[in-house]
Amino acid sequence: MNLWKVFTRGIIEENPYFVLALSLCPGLAVTTSIVNGLTMGCTVWFVITANNTVVSIIHKLINKKVRIPVYITCIATIVTCVQLFLQAFAPDLYKALGVYLDLVVVFAIILARAESVASKNGVVVSFLDGMGMGIGFTIAMFLISFVREILGNGTFFGIPVFGPSYQPALIMALPPGAFMLIGFIMAGFKIWNEHVERQRQLKGSEG
Amino acid sequence: MSPEAKGQTNGKDAKDMQEFKLTVASSPHVRCNETIPKIMWNVVAALVPAAAFGVYYFGVNALVNIIVAIVSAVVFEFLWEKLMHKRVTIKDGSAVITGLLLAMCCPPSLPWWMSIIGSFLAIVVCKQAMGGLGYNIFNPAHVGRAGLMVSWPIAMTTWTQLNGTVIDGVAGATPLNVFKHGGVDALFNLFGTNDWGSIYQSLFFGFRNGSLGETSTVLLILGGLWLIYKGYINWQVPVIMIATVGVLMGAFYGVNVAIFEMMAGGLIIGAFFMATDMVTAPITLKGQMIFALGCGLITVLIRTLGGYPEGVCYSILLMNTLTPLIDRLVKPTVFGAVKKGAK
Repeated sequence: MNLWKVFTRGIIEENPYFVLALSLCPGLAVTTSIVNGLTMGCTVWFVITANNTVVSIIHKLINKKVRIPVYITCIATIVTCVQLFLQAFAPDLYKALGVYLDLVVVFAIILARAESVASKNGVVVSFLDGMGMGIGFTIAMFLISFVREILGNGTFFGIPVFGPSYQPALIMALPPGAFMLIGFIMAGFKIWNEHVERQRQLKGSEG
Repeated sequence: MSPEAKGQTNGKDAKDMQEFKLTVASSPHVRCNETIPKIMWNVVAALVPAAAFGVYYFGVNALVNIIVAIVSAVVFEFLWEKLMHKRVTIKDGSAVITGLLLAMCCPPSLPWWMSIIGSFLAIVVCKQAMGGLGYNIFNPAHVGRAGLMVSWPIAMTTWTQLNGTVIDGVAGATPLNVFKHGGVDALFNLFGTNDWGSIYQSLFFGFRNGSLGETSTVLLILGGLWLIYKGYINWQVPVIMIATVGVLMGAFYGVNVAIFEMMAGGLIIGAFFMATDMVTAPITLKGQMIFALGCGLITVLIRTLGGYPEGVCYSILLMNTLTPLIDRLVKPTVFGAVKKGAK
């Protein structure tokens, strides 16, 4: 398997958020500001990479019938580590993310990568897959929170960008605005992926 | 019959045929002269008197809002269809109606750029993203209004104060809002009289606070009657919706308040022009009657128990979500087919 492809596929081609459409809830809940969105993205990035690595090492020792609870236990352990880390070094962020940090345990994307990649491949492939998917997820969180913070709050990393007369569009700070935004970004990803696929086929027919 | 189907039976527009696969039965065929543009421009004509009254009563800013909303709705439709390489349908008038209705159910004092965003929500998010005319689930104008309401609640609930027939530009409340928070006494206070007759008169001719085009009950009813006369809408829908509100309000507060509630707020414009929307309401008459009943019921619930003073917009949007289920419930038996239960 081409290792470079394993790494890059999670970024655009199989972006976990906009193409695989897994774990959509954090995009609605915590992306009201860029800082929160990036923290959530990086948390998932770390958890998915670490969990993929751990699962790829231990999957041969696990009885197939109890593999899901074991994966969840792994994820929960790693998430707890991240939580303690954030609580110690960034208590404000920890408070801002609140219950959504706990919910990282049950994010579909993490379990899906453990089940479909880490339990079937070696350490290197699993690690690279986790890195790629994590970067893809972080990009997704950044894109959503970027638009939502600018339109819904009028700020960029907390700095006002439109001046005091700007009246923020509250709908972007609320879940319906996030839903619409996610829909339009998803459409953009689909157009781009179809374009790339067509180019590839053209090249293939020429060669 | 949906507007698309009506456009099809005409068969004039060859491009329409490319977009829909039709099974053409053998002759004889029933021909009808209705086309989408003809229906749409008739609806525009039916709305114009009430809109003109809004401009007369509320002043220049109302006219600016109407023009901005219509132009931006048409421009968004044009841009989207160019961008998606679809047939440009701005001439059929549906975008004009959406813009006009949007302006008519927003406050006349709304900043003009909010009208543009409302048009974007209505045309791009609600209508074109779903596939264009005939595919949208929700009434576009009401989606635009609901989106603006969520985004800028203060601007969307700032009403120009009425003072006789003179506008003095002081922010005030709509009669419905006053009644909801202050009861009958506050209502008498607002109109400066405790005679129900003169209050009805103000509401009937439209000399009251409210959204741009919803105030003049008589002109809206005349427009609605025109559409009923042309056969574009069924008279049962507005009658059932308004009667439901009247009966339930009468049961709660008595006859006087019931008559007031039937003419207040956006009920008249909603019942005649939104609940009868060919795209988002059920297809059969029976279904449309259930739809109208539900709209009236939810309106009363929001007006009496909900957080907002007015519930017509949300009631129609909520019932829009039920339209496919109502259609399934009242699906007529195919002619000649055996009924399910029969042996």
